[in-house]
Formats: sequence, C-alpha cells, structure tokens
Amino acid sequence: MLGATGAGALGLAGAGAGGWALGRTDDAPATADRGRFAFHGTHQAGIVTPAQDRLHFASFDVTATSREDLIGLLRTWTAAAAEMTRGAQVGGDAPEPYDAPPSDTGEALGLPPSGLTLTFGFGPTLFTKEGEDRFGLAERQPAGLQTLPHFPADALRPERSGGDLCVQACADDPQVAVHAIRNLSRLAFGTAVLRWSQLGFGRTSSTTRSQSTPRNLFGFKDGTANIKAEDTPEIDRFVWVRPEDDPDAEWLAGGSYLVARRINMRIEQWDSTSLSEQEAVVGRDRTAGAPLSGGTEHTDPDFSRRGSAGPLIPVDAHVRLAHPAQNRGVQLLRRGYNFTDGNDELGRLDAGLFFIAFVRDPVTGYVPMQNQLSKSDAMMEYLQHTGSALFAVPPGVQPGHYLGQSLFT
Amino acid sequence: MRTIPLPGRLTVGGLAALALLGTSACSVFQSNDSGGGSKDGAIAVAASESSCDVAAESGKAGTLVFDVTNKGSKVTEFELLAEDGLRILGEVENVGPGLTRQLVVSAPEGKYQTACIPGMVGKGMRNAFTVEKGAKGAGEITGVDAKTIDAATAQYASYVKNQSGQLLVDAKAFTAAYTAGDDDKARALYPTARMPWEAVEPVAESFGDLDPKTDLREADLEKGQKWTGWHRIEKDLWPPKTGYTALTPAQRKTYAADLMTNLTTLNTRVKTLDFGVDQIANGSKGLLDEVAASKITGEEDIWSHTDLYDFQANVTGAKAGFEVLKPLLQVKDPELATTLDQRFTAMQTELDEYRDGDGFVTYTQVTEAQRKQLSDAVNALAEPLSKVTAALTL
Repeated sequence: MLGATGAGALGLAGAGAGGWALGRTDDAPATADRGRFAFHGTHQAGIVTPAQDRLHFASFDVTATSREDLIGLLRTWTAAAAEMTRGAQVGGDAPEPYDAPPSDTGEALGLPPSGLTLTFGFGPTLFTKEGEDRFGLAERQPAGLQTLPHFPADALRPERSGGDLCVQACADDPQVAVHAIRNLSRLAFGTAVLRWSQLGFGRTSSTTRSQSTPRNLFGFKDGTANIKAEDTPEIDRFVWVRPEDDPDAEWLAGGSYLVARRINMRIEQWDSTSLSEQEAVVGRDRTAGAPLSGGTEHTDPDFSRRGSAGPLIPVDAHVRLAHPAQNRGVQLLRRGYNFTDGNDELGRLDAGLFFIAFVRDPVTGYVPMQNQLSKSDAMMEYLQHTGSALFAVPPGVQPGHYLGQSLFT
Repeated sequence: MRTIPLPGRLTVGGLAALALLGTSACSVFQSNDSGGGSKDGAIAVAASESSCDVAAESGKAGTLVFDVTNKGSKVTEFELLAEDGLRILGEVENVGPGLTRQLVVSAPEGKYQTACIPGMVGKGMRNAFTVEKGAKGAGEITGVDAKTIDAATAQYASYVKNQSGQLLVDAKAFTAAYTAGDDDKARALYPTARMPWEAVEPVAESFGDLDPKTDLREADLEKGQKWTGWHRIEKDLWPPKTGYTALTPAQRKTYAADLMTNLTTLNTRVKTLDFGVDQIANGSKGLLDEVAASKITGEEDIWSHTDLYDFQANVTGAKAGFEVLKPLLQVKDPELATTLDQRFTAMQTELDEYRDGDGFVTYTQVTEAQRKQLSDAVNALAEPLSKVTAALTL
C-alpha cells in the first residue's frame, strides 16, 4: 500500500544496489535415495516407481498461442520439477531480494522430498482443437491420442475433463504434492491456466511387489492383479510406447498414455448393501482379497468353478470383466487414488476413486475393457464416471533437455 | 516503511549519488552468470549491540550475499556503503533480535564499508570491506539517472492529482442528480463517477480513515457500524425488491454531502503527496489484487452490477503506474517491461469483449466461464507485475 507520509520518496533511495547472477543448478544424482526419485531418466518417474500415498493431479489449458511460449513453459516446468523433486525450492534455493515475492511459495520449506514425482502429459487438444493446428504439432499427434469415447452411463462434467497438459504430482506428504502443483500453476500464469485438479489421499494400487495391496473406499483390496515394476516383460509389452508403434509419433517412444477417470462411488448405497452382495459384485472376499473361487489374495481366479447357483465368481463380477482373460490378455498399470471432495448438496459424500492407468495403446489397451465394464460390470450400479481425460506421456527427460523435447525437434 | 530518517538516504537526491556511483540493479530476470557471485559463499554477519562481526573482509565483484544475524537484543540494521561511508549500496533494516536476513547486493571492484547499526540510529559500527576483481564483466551494472526517476515519480503524482480532481467533478454531478431525485441520471452516472476513485484506490486506502467511510460494502460492516459512502447510495438506487426502506430526501442529502466531504478531503491530501517508485509499483500490484478479490467475484457492486467499470478503472490505474515506471524498467529489466506490455494488452483485449456503447455490460451477463477467462488474464498480469518493485529497487 502507498504510504501517506508525504516524505515517502523511498523509491530507490536506500535500497541501492543489488541483484544477483545465479544460474539454476542442475539435477541430483540419478538415483533414488531415501524418498527421493531422480527426475532425469529414460522414462518419467511416477509410472513404475513405487506408488506414493498422496496425489495432486492437475490439468491445464494452454492460453498462449505461440510455439515458443509453449516451449518456454516446458523449459520452466522442467527446471522447477527438477528442483522440487530433489527437495529444493523453486529457483534453486538462491538468495532473493526482500522486495520481491519469493520464487517459491514456501510451504514445503523444511520438508523432505517425500518421494515427490512429477509426471507430465500432453492432451489431444494440445495438437488440434476444433480443427486448428495450434502449435504446428498436428502432424505428430499420436493416432491413439483422441478424446476417449462416450462409455455407457458416463456422466462426465466438462469442467472435470480433458485438458491440454497434465501434471501428476505424487508424494508421501500431501503438502509436498500440493506445493508442486501450486508452483507449477504459478509459473504457468500467462501461458497456461489450471482447468481442473484432483486431490487423492490414499493410493489404491501398488506398483511394486514390496508394497502391500491397499483398499479402495468400497473397503476392498484394489489393484491385486496390477502390473508391478518387477514384471519387466509385461511393463515393456503393456506400458511403454515403442518407436514402431506409430510412425507419426516416434517422439513418444519410451513414453506412455495416461488415462484419468474420476469415478464417483455411491458410498451410501454401497454401505447398505449386504456383504454377500458386495463380494459378489467385486468377485473377491473382502477380508483377504482372495478370489471367490478360492485360495489367497494372489491366487488366480478360477472363473469356471461353479457353486450351487452358478459360477462362484458371478458372470458380471468386476474381477471377471476386468481380468486379462476377458480382455484379450490386456493388462493395465494402475496408479489410482481414493478421493473425497467434501459432500454434495444432499449431504452425500462426494467420494470415489480417481483412476489413473498407464497404457501403451489406449485404443486396444483401455477402451474395449472400459466399454465392457461400463456396459456389464455389476459394480456400475454403485459408480458414476464424472471426469475423463487422456494424455500422451512423453519419455523421460535427459539432463540439459526439456520435457517433451522430442515432440518439438 | 523506513521509520528512522537519516541524512542523505531518503531523498531522490541521495539516490542520484547512488546511481552515478554506477551500482544498481541487475534484475531478478537477468539470470546472467556474470560469475563472481558469492552464492555458495554467503558472508555471515553477526550483529549485536557491541559488535559487528563480518566473516570476510573481502568478496568478489558481482553479487554479494550477506547473511545478517541479529545476536543482540535491539532491532538492528546492516549496510554496505561506499568508501566515503555515506552512500549506501544496499541495506537490510528492521532485523529483529535472533532473526537472520539476507542482503543481496551487486557491487563492482572497489573499497567499501560495512555497518551494523543496533537500534537503527547513528553511524553504527563500521568495518572496511574490499570487493576484488571478479570474472570478466562482473559487477558492471546499468543504472538509471536521477532525472528519469524524478520524472517518473512526478508524473505519477500528477496522475493521482488529476484523477482526484476528476473524481470531485464526476462525484458532484452524480450526487447532485441523486439528491435531486433524478434516479435515472444518478444510475447512469454512478459507474463512471467511481472510475477515478478506483484508478487510484490504493492511494485512497492509504488514508486509513477515508476508505471505510467512502467505499465500504454492506458485507464489510461490523455489527453496529454506520454505513456510508458509494455503496450505501448504490443500494438506494438499485434497491432489493423486498425488505428495503428507501432513503428520504433528507437522508439522501446527508449521505451525498458526506461522500463529497470525504472526497474533498482526499483531494486536499493528495496535493501534498510524493511517491517513491516502490510505492507506485506496489500500488499497481495492489490494484490488480483489488480486481482479483472483489471485482472478479462481482462482490464490489452487488446492487448495480457495474463491476466491470471498477475492473476497468483498476486496470487503467495499474497501467498508469506501470507506464511511468517503464523508462526505468526498460533499463533495469527490459524483458519484464516487454512482458508487462503484452499482458496489459491481453487484459485490455479481454475486457473489451464486454464493452457496451460507452460502458460495459452488467456483470450478471458475464458467465462463469467468462469470469474464469478474466481471472486468468488478471493472474497472468499480476504475477509479472509483482516483480517490478524488486526489479527497480535492487
């Protein structure tokens, strides 16, 4: 605020000289040490790295119209992401003038890196929007990168769907994840604006064998059959895009596709459902997570085993319809999170699963399966899909390069 | 705000000496690596009532960083001065006991003095300090001459006076129509009469007493507080359909006269006001904050829905501040100046979408999606605008 003392020609007087000349320092060593993941690498972190406990996912609309501005944003984000994942402040902990707003917003000061990973993706609308080639990228739009089709019972809200860019921030401390999205949004002011974002408070998948299987808000173990980082052949086959997959989009080799679905759960109805019905819907027992056909959590379900009234795993059970055996052998790397966004106007929890999956090809690896689930899964009675987005996730960043550089060169 | 005036430090004249000395800013954005900077080697300063321990007697030309820790029990200040011990190159003041604050200062090769000033009065404890030759080019910094600074601050002072004068004229016509019971005319004049007020709002706000009397919204009132000013009259001109008792002609006269009295006081006070470049820059940023806080949400003019006029006036006022500072900024940080030019243009283009004749559409006609677009443009502008003060004053 302006002073009123009349004498107030503070101005430059007294402040005198200053400024500095510091370049950003570069990355930490390319190893994970105690809760810190390398930012640089062949693949982006946050895909096959062990799933952290918290999520802040953000989708952005690019408002800039020039390719240079878009690249400028990606460079800025690259530098900031490298800093934040190694636990430094945005701006690299350099001294800053007292009269300027700090480069870093500060709420992660003193907190460890908390396993922060930042995973970036490009939405279909970055390439073409309403028929317009916005940044000269249309020719390189991957064939698989199209707005996902309408699935039966979809109730998508536009303001929770789509976007030109995405950032998946995962960390073991929610403050660290939110800090990352907040700072990236701020750095984007004037170039891109936040379209929607989603907080997730509990992982619903494990991505390594050493992690136990967590539970979703239905109270059931979720992600038992997920691909794990250790399953190298499956990862190569179902997660990473290969150069020969799409001749127009060789730039995506070493990357993947990120499917995001905001799936609301009808919590109150579910909670008034008998356990036998709940287990029949899921196809597993609630306590141990074993398939209803018997065994323990990691026993393969036997879909043909029959009880007194038909198959032990009902024909419309979730586990059956989502199983690779019912989907031409297709497997997903899931990395979803439970969420609660308060409640709706009727006093019901606005809660569910923020589904995230990484797939090599959404056209064969996701769409048919989701269509089948949306059409036939008994669980759909308790679900409503309210948000949807698909992004192409470029390969990892090499030191000295910027995010998605292969797309622009 | 400085509280202890010391000779040769407060005035623009003092500044002139500084600028001529050839030290001044390289900016936040010029992340040049002219080297020599002591980024990793911040020089620790332990300041107490009786001692001033500077961990090094010299540094390399370019960016110097002093970590000043107050180990005493009085509020203290640390300065880097020219060899003559008079001209200040950089300072941190108001460092409370136990606190550490950083002084980031850019200085060329030469001899200097440091000073710890416990209690922030007097010459303090001095030490000699040498800046040695750094990497090539280090410490060569462009300054702004005093004339340019004087011209900028004088220009802003006359802008404020002009707006305040215009405000009196417009408000007089508005209150005259209102007291005469010509409601249609008063309603037509209300949004434009407010515009000079909104353009210099931070100046008005700096007089703690005037702003609440003049511009408080009904929602801002404390229990029992008397409501006067613009928005009281606004509600009377655009009354709610039910549960409202219109003001009597006598009451109208009272509220109108009260508004005019306060605006006249404002006009008298601004005549003697001087502004520093930091105040102008912070004021511009403050205007954008006003937009983000109450105009975007439509909370400013909840009865008349003329928020876009206020919005425009805030932006115009912010731009006026930027324009007078631009010649300085073009020296200190040309890239920031260019960015701000572009963002102000983008903001104006966005606002122009809602023009209707000489004015603007009512804010109720602006959809949520459109409000988001306006908000995005404000964010895009406010972020670089927030960097102007540091870019200019370092």
